[in-house]
This record gives sequence, structure tokens and C-alpha cells, in this order.
Amino acid sequence: MQKTSDVAQLAAITKRMRRTVIEMITEAGSGHPGGSLSAAEIVTTLFFDVLRHDPDNPQWPDRDRFILSKGHCCPILYAVMAECGYCPKDKLMTLRKLGSIYQGHPDVRFLPSLEASTGSLGLGLSLGIGMSLAARLNKGKPGGKSRSYVVLGDGEIQEGQIWEAAMAAAFLHVDNLVAIVDYNQIQLDGFVKDIMSLEPLADKWRGFGWHVIEAYGHDIAALQNAFGEASSMQGKPTCILAHTIKGKGVSFMENNPKFHGTAPTREECAKALQELA
Amino acid sequence: MPTQTKYALPLGAATREAFGKALVELGRTNPNIVALDADLSKSTYTAGFAKEFPDRFIECGIAEANMIAIGAGLASAGKIPFAASFSVFAMNKGFEQLRVTVAYPSVNLKVVGTHSGISIGEDGPSQMSVEDLSLACSLPGFTVISPADEIAMIELVKLAAAHVGPVFIRAGRPKVARVYEAGRTFKIGESIELLEGSDVTLMATGLLVAESIRAAEALEAEGISAGVIDFHTIKPLDREAIARAARETGAIVVSEEHLVDGGLGVRVAQVVAEMHPVPMEFVGIQNTYAESATPEQLLDKYGLLARDVAAAARRVVQRKR
Repeated sequence: MQKTSDVAQLAAITKRMRRTVIEMITEAGSGHPGGSLSAAEIVTTLFFDVLRHDPDNPQWPDRDRFILSKGHCCPILYAVMAECGYCPKDKLMTLRKLGSIYQGHPDVRFLPSLEASTGSLGLGLSLGIGMSLAARLNKGKPGGKSRSYVVLGDGEIQEGQIWEAAMAAAFLHVDNLVAIVDYNQIQLDGFVKDIMSLEPLADKWRGFGWHVIEAYGHDIAALQNAFGEASSMQGKPTCILAHTIKGKGVSFMENNPKFHGTAPTREECAKALQELA
Repeated sequence: MPTQTKYALPLGAATREAFGKALVELGRTNPNIVALDADLSKSTYTAGFAKEFPDRFIECGIAEANMIAIGAGLASAGKIPFAASFSVFAMNKGFEQLRVTVAYPSVNLKVVGTHSGISIGEDGPSQMSVEDLSLACSLPGFTVISPADEIAMIELVKLAAAHVGPVFIRAGRPKVARVYEAGRTFKIGESIELLEGSDVTLMATGLLVAESIRAAEALEAEGISAGVIDFHTIKPLDREAIARAARETGAIVVSEEHLVDGGLGVRVAQVVAEMHPVPMEFVGIQNTYAESATPEQLLDKYGLLARDVAAAARRVVQRKR
């Protein structure tokens, strides 16, 4: 794979990934487009620019670990991993079908280059702590350079275990851990502020002992800066609050709770692909 | 080797203490061993490991769910983590994490639940783990181990560390009778025949192994020949030993310090039903939670003594005729 720090190139890849996501979910007839689209710049920037990884050597001990804790948004992860060369592009349209390596939620049994099986919300940050602690224990040896990146949904962090993990990561000074909150303001039943408000969210993470960076999650340069700042952080884990738009890139999906968990129709798909042309 | 000599059954160490000892020994030989605890290290006996290997001990605070998933992350990255807590907290508060982050991806985490059963005593039901075997056995791919004494615990902890895959190890709070001599070898999944018998087989795990030996000796005086088998591994279950006992003695009693629902007994019954149906009786906790009292008082009140095993044996032998 060809990594790049060029914002225009990353933006072009992101747009392609959005198209793939729409096609995959339409073909599957079910899935979660909104959160895949809101996380598109985050996942693309990580895999094509930020992460130390090698698709030809997926078990490389010093690779960075990426955990999609909000596992229902796996279409964007599958699209990006396939683009990187981890898994076949020509099978992407088998998403959610019997025998597919592209399961409805990430499943390491079917796709071993995933770092974790997720789907039940609230678990990924703890897994990231464990992987980062393993890297700390391996310091100076193979596996000692690895960092962990965990993408959390905003609705997801209503789960109590996230805050157990937040407390532990700061207390244990896990500074090779980055949490990215895809703060798209919408969850299944509606707007986050109406279901169970998270605010003041930056204060919460700071209060738990994290270094907090706020960024517009569709601004690739801003994300690059945030990841750069996170990797120079010593003694503290970093939380990037990525302010995003649910359904970003498709006018009728943007800020529309319906497209949290509803597949587009064929007509909607065609319209979306036009907008993403 | 089966032996017909009288068992001395001297009081030995608690199985939780033996776990702590084995963990330190493992830590000395394998740098990949890591321990996690949730503010109970003095009670689970991970404190010894923490003292000798502070860098490899992760204190998670009172947050068992987080502890299990952190352990899963460590295991995914190649470590061999032992996560310990009271069994009731590790299994109940950590169950969804055991399911999604441990069993489902089949990571190499070892969960050690101490203070299992009702023999924790005075602390009462909120601390009593009487569902843990059922929960652990329900997880696909898990190996479930329930040692009877300190010798078995030390050997089985070492075998668990060498086994690749998730393992649950059940330990108890009180000092328990020593069933085994030092030097005894064990194999995960292979039960151990402690006494040979021809009229009935007493199968047991944990504390109830010693009680079953005592029961067999009492039955012998009445002319009932009872064999005793220790099921230190609940999953995978030693199906061949069960079928053989059913064929050779024609009656089985299964005893455990656990709810009868979902424990060793029902798992043995499934094998008996499939391979060689014979009358069975079950000694365990019957569809209830216990209460505060001394361990001895509780084992007496809830029917988990040699007396109860022997009574079940008499009933099942009657049913053969």
C-alpha cells in the first residue's frame, strides 16, 4: 500500500471509501451508514497516514493497533482495510452474507487482520489499554513500539465500562493510547442530547485525567495535527473529540437519525453515489 | 493410581493460596505471565506476584468488567494474563466481557475466581459464587477447572498457563483437605479415579471430592462399594470416564458446591443420557441462595457434607434394584 500525508490525496481516498460504504450497505440491505460516513476521514487518515502498519505483515509485533469499538460502523473499516490490501476488495459486496469475511460486526475469526471482535458497545477502550500495556511491557523488545487507537461512538460512551477504562488509562499513564470519539450527535433513538447528554464532554475526559484535543472530524489536516499532538503526549492518554456530521457526504443522510441503522434503497444509493461522484 | 487404603485427608492450604503460589512460580519461569486484580489481591493471593513482579501486575481497581477486557487486550498482544477476583465478581460483572472479548475471539486469558461456593461463609450470598461453573461452561471454547486441593491447584494452574485458549479456574476461600500427594500429575480434561467401587460411583469437584471420599468410606462399612472420581476439569468433560463408571457401577452421584442447575451434575447427566443411561442423584445447592454463617454450618445446612453424599448414594443404589 502507498501511505500519504497529502491532504488532497487523503480526501480523494476518503470520498472513494464513502462510495464503497454506500454500495456495500445497499447491497447488504441492512447496516449502519450514518456512523460509517461520519468516521470516514478518521479511519482513512489513520490507515493511510498515521498508523505504523504493514498489510503484507499483519502480525508485525510493532504494528499500531486499531480498534473500532463502535463495531456497527465496520463498513468503513472493511473498505479501508481492503483498500490497504488486508483483504479482498472484490468480496466487499458480500457484507453480511453467509460465509462472508465481512461480518455484520467485526469478527476476528473471519478476518484475522482485525485487532478485535467488537459490536457490543463499551468494550474497545479496555482492549486498547490491554494492548498498550502489553507494548509497555515489551519496551525495548519486539512489540515495544506499538500504540493503540480506539474509535468510540458518542452514544457508545454512555456505557459505564468506558469510564472505568478512562479512569484506568489515566491512572496507569497509558500514553501510547488514543481514543477518538466520533461525536456525530446522533444515536439510534435520536439525538444524543435528547437520549442521554454527554456534555460537558471535554471536561469529563479532562476530569478523568486525559489530554483532550478537539477537532473537526472531517478536516484531515486538523486530524493529522491532533494525531501528531497525541503521539508526543507523555504520561497521559489522549482523547480526540472529533466533531463530525452523521451521514457526512450524502445530503439526505446528514444529521438524519434514520440513517443510523437503515440501509439506503437502490434509488437512494444512486442519488448518494451521484453526490459522492 | 486408585488406592483402597484409608484416606488421611489432612487439612491443607486453601486453593486460592495455592493459586497465588503457582502464579509466582510461573512468573519466575515465564516473562509473559501477567496478573490483574480488582482490589482483592490480598484475598485472591495475587499479592505475592505483585510484590515480586510489580511491572507485570496490573491493579484495575474495583472494576471487574474493565479488568477482564484489559486482560483480553493483553492476551491479544501475546501476553498470558491471569485475571483474578472473587469468582462472583469476575464471572457476573465480567460475563459480557468474557463472552465478547475473550470467548468469541478465543483469546488466551486465564480467569481465576476465588471465594467460590458457599464456603466463603459469613460474607453471605452477595459474595457467594454458586453460578460460576454454569456461566463458564456456557462460553464456547472455554476450559473450566475446579481443583479439589492445593496440590491439584498448583499443577492445574501451570497446565492452564501452558494451554492456549481461555480458561476459568475456580478456587475457594477456606483451607481444605488434601486429597493428593505431592508429585501427583494431572492432565486437563482427564478425571482422576481416587477410589474404585462396584456399586455406585461418586463423582465430585472441588470441596466435595474430599466429602465423597469420606462418604465412600462410610458406605463401605455398610457393604456398599463406592468409587470416587475427581472431576477437576468440568469442561471439556471426561466423557469416557463417565461412560465407564455408568457401565461398571450402574449408578452415579454427582456432588458440587454449586447450584444443581447448570453445574457438573447436569453436564455429567447429559453424557450419561447419551452414552449409558443409569440412575443418578445430585448433591448441590437447590434453587436458592444461602446466608451468613460459618462455612461448616452452611455446608451442613445446605446439604454438602459426606453425610449428604452417602445418603444420595444409598438412594441411587436403591433405585438400581
